[in-house]
Amino acid sequence: MTKAFEFSVNGKVVNVSPADDDMPLLNVLRSELGLMGTRFGCGLEQCGCCMVLVDGQPEKSCTKPLWSVAGKKITTVEGLGSQERPHPLQQAFLDEQAGQCGYCLSGILISAKALIDRNPRPTRTQIAEALDGNICRCGSHNRILRAVEKAAAAMRGAAR
Amino acid sequence: MNAPLPGPLNDNPSLDRWVAFPSPGKVTIFTGRVEFGQGVLTAMAQVAADELDVAITRVAVTSGDTELTPNEGYTAGSMSMQFGGVALAQACAEVRALFLVQAAKVVGCDEGTLTIDDGKFLRGGKSTGQDYWTLAAAVNLAVKANGAAKRKAIAELKTVGLSQSRLDLPAKVFGQAAFIHDMTLAGMRHARVVRQPNRGATLAAVDEAAIRRAAKGAIEFVRNGNFLAILGDDEAALDAAALAASNHVTWTNIEKPTPLQQEATWLVQRPSEDRVIGEPEPADAQAKERFETTYTKPHIAHASVSPSCGLALFKDGHLSVWTHCQGVYPLRGALARTLKLEPSAITVHHVQGAGCYGHNGADDAAADAAVVAVARPGVPVRVRWRREEEFVYEPKAPAMVVKVRALVGADGKPADWTAEIWSGTHAGRPGHGSPLLAGEALPDPLPLPPPSDVPESAGGGATRNASPLYDIPASRIIHHLVRETPVRVSSLRGLGAMANVFALECAIDELAERAGQDPVAYRLSITSDPRARAVIEKAAAMAKWDAKAPAGSGSGRGFAFARYKNRAGYAAVVVELDVEEEIRLRHVWCAADAGLVVNPDGVINQLEGGIIQSASWVLKEQVRFDDGVSSIDWLTYPVLKFSEVPEIDIALIGTRENAPLGVGEVTAGPTAAAIGNAVSHALGARIRDLPLTRERIMAALLKT
Repeated sequence: MTKAFEFSVNGKVVNVSPADDDMPLLNVLRSELGLMGTRFGCGLEQCGCCMVLVDGQPEKSCTKPLWSVAGKKITTVEGLGSQERPHPLQQAFLDEQAGQCGYCLSGILISAKALIDRNPRPTRTQIAEALDGNICRCGSHNRILRAVEKAAAAMRGAAR
Repeated sequence: MNAPLPGPLNDNPSLDRWVAFPSPGKVTIFTGRVEFGQGVLTAMAQVAADELDVAITRVAVTSGDTELTPNEGYTAGSMSMQFGGVALAQACAEVRALFLVQAAKVVGCDEGTLTIDDGKFLRGGKSTGQDYWTLAAAVNLAVKANGAAKRKAIAELKTVGLSQSRLDLPAKVFGQAAFIHDMTLAGMRHARVVRQPNRGATLAAVDEAAIRRAAKGAIEFVRNGNFLAILGDDEAALDAAALAASNHVTWTNIEKPTPLQQEATWLVQRPSEDRVIGEPEPADAQAKERFETTYTKPHIAHASVSPSCGLALFKDGHLSVWTHCQGVYPLRGALARTLKLEPSAITVHHVQGAGCYGHNGADDAAADAAVVAVARPGVPVRVRWRREEEFVYEPKAPAMVVKVRALVGADGKPADWTAEIWSGTHAGRPGHGSPLLAGEALPDPLPLPPPSDVPESAGGGATRNASPLYDIPASRIIHHLVRETPVRVSSLRGLGAMANVFALECAIDELAERAGQDPVAYRLSITSDPRARAVIEKAAAMAKWDAKAPAGSGSGRGFAFARYKNRAGYAAVVVELDVEEEIRLRHVWCAADAGLVVNPDGVINQLEGGIIQSASWVLKEQVRFDDGVSSIDWLTYPVLKFSEVPEIDIALIGTRENAPLGVGEVTAGPTAAAIGNAVSHALGARIRDLPLTRERIMAALLKT
């Protein structure tokens, strides 16, 4: 008898009956819900490619059992914005061409969103520290730091 | 007389292999080069837009597909624009010329009176009513390039040379299905491979029941010889099964790398193929003042952020494979040999993965999927490696030992130079004849190829950048190609250039110190190549290089220079850092000359990336062995983090009149050496073995 779990993803309520209650959230997002933006990098909570917001907090989804997010609000990179209506972070990443292969970017965008939500005026050092849980192997770090700074400034401007 | 065709166009002369006009207003270009984050497809689109006189927004790029694109071998060696870009430009120029002939015929005028504006053919600036798409049906592109058409003059280039936003980046910023990992096929099943620990290891027993229990879901086994895969529909179950399999599968004839083999010095005295490149060492070598010192670099992992992935479908005798490897045609050849199929029965399509930086597990994951697919005809199969699998089984960059011997003249300058190198091969790719991992586990595995390395005509492997570009009367390379290495080794960004430039440029600093000269002034005193002088002077100026900065203060600055392969892009790098127990990078300045730059922002991005990756190698990275490869995840193989990355300033100082030169690999060597030299300056003591760990810093300090 499989149990059903209800939670919301990017504002939509979803109901999922996984084969196993311990099914990682990442697998559910990708395989059951077809949301490919959250990437698999290690399955060990070490690289940050699979970062999502759970009730606003940045969490790694690769080992997070589905039962633990029942009733919670999940935001993935697809929930930040779209090509038509980009989130200021996404716009800033494009403006700064902040990325090379881009595999790490979904998780980095989520970590950055969580940072700006709790600290609208982060310093460069604070941004770097907030992103230390995300591995970028291509070496786009400085562009990414610049993009987050610019996005934070843009969001402060929009909030005024 | 017509100009000779650029190499890749000569190899693939039919113009329809390069350009098509699929529908009104659209241009498709085909390139054998593939994207892995370096922005190559965007740069190719820029080249085509200029040569065809169309807006870049009209250009779509198809890349890396054995059905559709030219065979350009591997996308590697910073050669895409230098060779592939020039070939594409020439193909587009020839296509443009054919269309001009046809347009002139239709309009009834001399073709010299026609111009093209965003695909429309104009006469005297006025519309002729003709464009590429109205004319396309009458122009046969299934003809061979002949070299008659002239590419645009530098002054006519409009898109090339302007920073262009990367075409592939939006999909990645908006979380779209941009990667092979996101690809699905109807009815697709997933598989994991229980890896053969080493070539020759024998699968003795499999406790299938125990693995099924661990899976907590339906799985089945696919076995052929020593190849064992687990197939199913639920990836979580498969990952659990694959993890458990290590405890429930028995192998015999296991060989594991040992801690002793972890250090590069193990390579010296091993059986090797030896050769001398250049004139022999002078007989009076003992007579002059002699400088000799040895530098080492360990095995390094590509450590791609995404574990390797491959998809395959075997249907009606035809095998289709999707891969993120760097060469679809070489992989097709290797798959044909492994599976005993005709190459014509195999199609290989490139789909993007994460950055690979060389030969990682991509080819092998594709082969894994292919072997399972052939065992399950009609079923699309996707194999995704586990993180540990990637670290343990990806081919490593070989460890290297570089011994530098210089004879020093009375003026303090090197009069004779020898670089003696011990290294495994840097040419372990399937296209070099090395077996795919899955193939080694199948019955009757293909024999190993005879030991060889990348030839000097292709820039060399272990010997890459071992010869100084400086004005030294005589030099040579003694190359010991070590036949057997403790782990599989192959190509990583820059191949031997990183270790060789580290050795060469640290040695130059050591010689400058002996001569009592400033490192920058010393380099300039032995450099006559004007482009080399220009980047050296520019980098020093950017960093406000101070010849009199005191050594041993805990803060240091280091300088280094190289021209990649001694014939590609030039780069000079200054590093500023602090050393306490660990090294803290502060600032890096880099001046580079890459000739004609197609996409300046893209080039700067590549240079920055090369600097940061090299810094990570130098400060942190070593594949460790302890009862096998013990670097298995990001904790046991840490890389540079956001908070550890220095500020970087880049200046591009090449001129458009010089041919484009690749930049992806030019900073690897100079960054490594500049860090080495800066650490020496900060400590007043030199560390010659990489990585520059806390233990080595403490040991160096104890010696001072």
